[in-house]
Amino acid sequence: MDPIAKYISQKISKTRWRPISPALLQQPEVFATGSWDNENNSVSIWSVGEHGVSNTDGEFDEEPQLLCASQHDGDVMDLQFLDQDRLVSASSSGAVMIFKLQPDCQALSLAHVWERAHRYSCDNTPCTAVVCRSPELVSVGEDGRVTLYKADQTEVVRVIENADSSTIHAVTFLRTTEVLTVNSIGQLKMWDFRQQSDSPAQILSLTGDRVPLHCVDKHPNQQHIVATGGQDGMLCIWDVRQGNTPFSLIEAHSAEMWEVHFHPSNPSHLFTCSEDGSLLHWETTSGSDMSTLLQIPVAAQPDTVCQQPRCA
Amino acid sequence: MEEVDVEPSTTLIPSAGFHRKHLGFEWGPGDLLVYETNYKLQGPRSAGSPFVHIVRRDEDICSPILRKLFNESHLIFVGLQKIKEDIPSKNKKSQFVSISKNYRSVIRACMEELQQNVSILLAIELIWNLCEVLFIDTAPAGSLLLHLLDWVRLHKSDVDARAREVLQSDSPAQHQSYWDVVRNTKKKLKSHHMTPLTLELVTFIKHCHYTYCRTQTLTEFEVKWRHWHEECDRCLQENTFASNRHLETICKILVGDEDTLLEQKELLSTWYHFLVTRLLFTHPTIKPPDLHYYAQSSMNMFLGPRASPEPLDIILLSAFEFDLHQVIKDCSIALNNWWFVAHLTDLLDHCKLLQSHNLHFGSNLREFLVLEYASGLFTHHSLWQLAVDYFDHCPEFGRVYLELQIERVPLDTERKAIKVLRICEDRQMSEQVRSICKIMAKRALRNNRLGSALSWSIRAKDAAFATLISERFLQDYSNKGSFTDLDLLDNLGPAMLLSDRLTFLGKYREFHRLYGEKRFSEAARLLLSLMTAKIAPRSLWMTLLTDALPLLEQKEVIFSVDQTYELMSCLEDCFSSVFQDEDIESTKTELLRLALARNLTMAIVKEGTIET
Repeated sequence: MDPIAKYISQKISKTRWRPISPALLQQPEVFATGSWDNENNSVSIWSVGEHGVSNTDGEFDEEPQLLCASQHDGDVMDLQFLDQDRLVSASSSGAVMIFKLQPDCQALSLAHVWERAHRYSCDNTPCTAVVCRSPELVSVGEDGRVTLYKADQTEVVRVIENADSSTIHAVTFLRTTEVLTVNSIGQLKMWDFRQQSDSPAQILSLTGDRVPLHCVDKHPNQQHIVATGGQDGMLCIWDVRQGNTPFSLIEAHSAEMWEVHFHPSNPSHLFTCSEDGSLLHWETTSGSDMSTLLQIPVAAQPDTVCQQPRCA
Repeated sequence: MEEVDVEPSTTLIPSAGFHRKHLGFEWGPGDLLVYETNYKLQGPRSAGSPFVHIVRRDEDICSPILRKLFNESHLIFVGLQKIKEDIPSKNKKSQFVSISKNYRSVIRACMEELQQNVSILLAIELIWNLCEVLFIDTAPAGSLLLHLLDWVRLHKSDVDARAREVLQSDSPAQHQSYWDVVRNTKKKLKSHHMTPLTLELVTFIKHCHYTYCRTQTLTEFEVKWRHWHEECDRCLQENTFASNRHLETICKILVGDEDTLLEQKELLSTWYHFLVTRLLFTHPTIKPPDLHYYAQSSMNMFLGPRASPEPLDIILLSAFEFDLHQVIKDCSIALNNWWFVAHLTDLLDHCKLLQSHNLHFGSNLREFLVLEYASGLFTHHSLWQLAVDYFDHCPEFGRVYLELQIERVPLDTERKAIKVLRICEDRQMSEQVRSICKIMAKRALRNNRLGSALSWSIRAKDAAFATLISERFLQDYSNKGSFTDLDLLDNLGPAMLLSDRLTFLGKYREFHRLYGEKRFSEAARLLLSLMTAKIAPRSLWMTLLTDALPLLEQKEVIFSVDQTYELMSCLEDCFSSVFQDEDIESTKTELLRLALARNLTMAIVKEGTIET
């Protein structure tokens, strides 16, 4: 199927499919986008295809339609759905915001803001990424803080100050109480919230040049396998139990890799997107080696990639 | 200085110059800064307005719908640049025509969305379409008129509506619009009750061959048409239609009687519509060079002696006169945005229609306009990324412009800085890379983010800054007595080699670690090498020697004889050169000397003993 392109009057930094309940055997139809580099940024909700009606050949061949939108203070640095009705965004103003989506997708409103979640002593600093495992959220920022929140509590649950002396670019949950962060000096750090101390449980990095890492994603079924991508476009697959070398290193892109995602229901497939203008689809044939690759060139530099489980 | 063609328009700036103070100004890339000066021509001194006003000529750039115009046309522009030079010109021409049509469809799409304030876009599309017909598609005589017909029909949206309206009306005699005569009469009149006179008129129209088709040659067509025209004329002379005024008017129109045509002014609504009508009925085989004569006279006839032509009319007239440069010039003055002239000139330049004379203040006309447009884009908070491609396709000055502009993009987040850096790195703009990395590193340093600062220095391969960061670390160490950001220092890796000071820092931290792990001999060796290899800065030698003290006072001998001698010489070096005036150091020096001497004795004994 050819990709459909639609011009909207803003640059999009992140796009995420809205999760649908697994009971419904449906393709996802609604997705959210966040904009950046505008004087007035916004988070918008779009739908593809008619709600509940698909065309005769089952394909969606319509352009996405805007359902609703909300103002967003600062660039949208990251966007995650907390659950079906709530959307979390990380802002370049340092705030973490929760948006509530009406059940019929007619309106999007700001439910809660943690202002200055990430800051310097006299300045704001961007929050670079946020990850959710309902009801908990973890955010990281350029100030090197790791912050843990609970969605319904106003107060922050825990802050790890000075977790990193460099910018933390991305974060992912490994287990319910463990997160993995990647930073701009090429390190992966594991944090265990059960521990009282503010130091990481484990630090991993590539021997060799300290290339900044921009994205990380965990294997959906195996908690110790993670994929990372960095400034040089290298895709690395790590086993966090086993020391300092990734077991797979691929020169995926010629420029920064912005996002990497395992397919949620089909984890032998991986997707990466990069500043060099391509969106790549990888497949594992056996065990750990990545062999085939399908290239889908995109016109502009994609900042974001997201997929939802397709029902068989 | 050149003469000004039009009177400059006045823009009122609120709250400036009220008390008759002189205004000062400064040009910016897209706008003008205006402020009040202290100078006043007459009258007492008074406090002035403290504001600085930004005057922007182009508000269109901020419109969200017009953004789509900029984005889509950017794609078309880049595609146009990629057309290879070696394709035969016939294929190129069709490609250029299709690109021109792409541009126009983008304009039309924007018009549909805007719905209000579309007059400028309408005018733009009108002019572009005419330029496409005359210059890009270069229709020869014969098909030229057909193209012009299409052009007018496209821009007179109510023709089809009227045609439909007439189709539904009862009396065919009501229809006056000559378009109906041209196209719909044949179909329509069959279904209506016809008088014998109307029948005759219809017969005439059926015989009208003035639809030129390519199967005939120009002369064949001309002959046939002339014959038909004479028939029409004869009918008129014989007063065949004298009984019915409407039919007579139609016949007069068919003959091309100018006065009759002028009577239909409200239907025609514009002078170029009138022009095409006139040509249709009098000179269907008009050749391009003859066009301007008719254009000028049509305009005069239509507008009348007192009305003055509008800018749009003048531009269209220049187009009919095939004066490209005048068209571009007038459009530049009339429009507040360089979008139209830049893209049109670029397309015309690709069609090799512009003479490449050099301008006084830039390279050729095309490059000048594209540069102006792109510079305007760069001032936009979001569209600056588009401008990069435009600069890339300006061979002479594009790179310089880009180098100057790219450094001034505001960098609020690291992610944006990374994108800007990628643009610079792709074009080998190493100066700009260094400069941007330095800005980011300095900002990080100010906020005490030493790891970030280091990662920026590594990207820029900036040894000087890496040294600065190391100094900062060492300063922190001497202030606090311990290292901060151990996660960074312990994991420096090959980045350590970026600068000597950084290498020292890494190794020094390693020394502390080794000491902490009680690997004394390794620690000792490392410490010594730091001094003898001259990596350590002189200012820190005292600190290093003091670090050696606990190692010297261990029960076990750690430093060998040679090592001890080296330490002693380091101490002497240190003592003699820098710290002569430090009183505090003298006790330490004494301690050190004592410790070194003791160590020496023990080492000599140890090394002299033969193990039995």
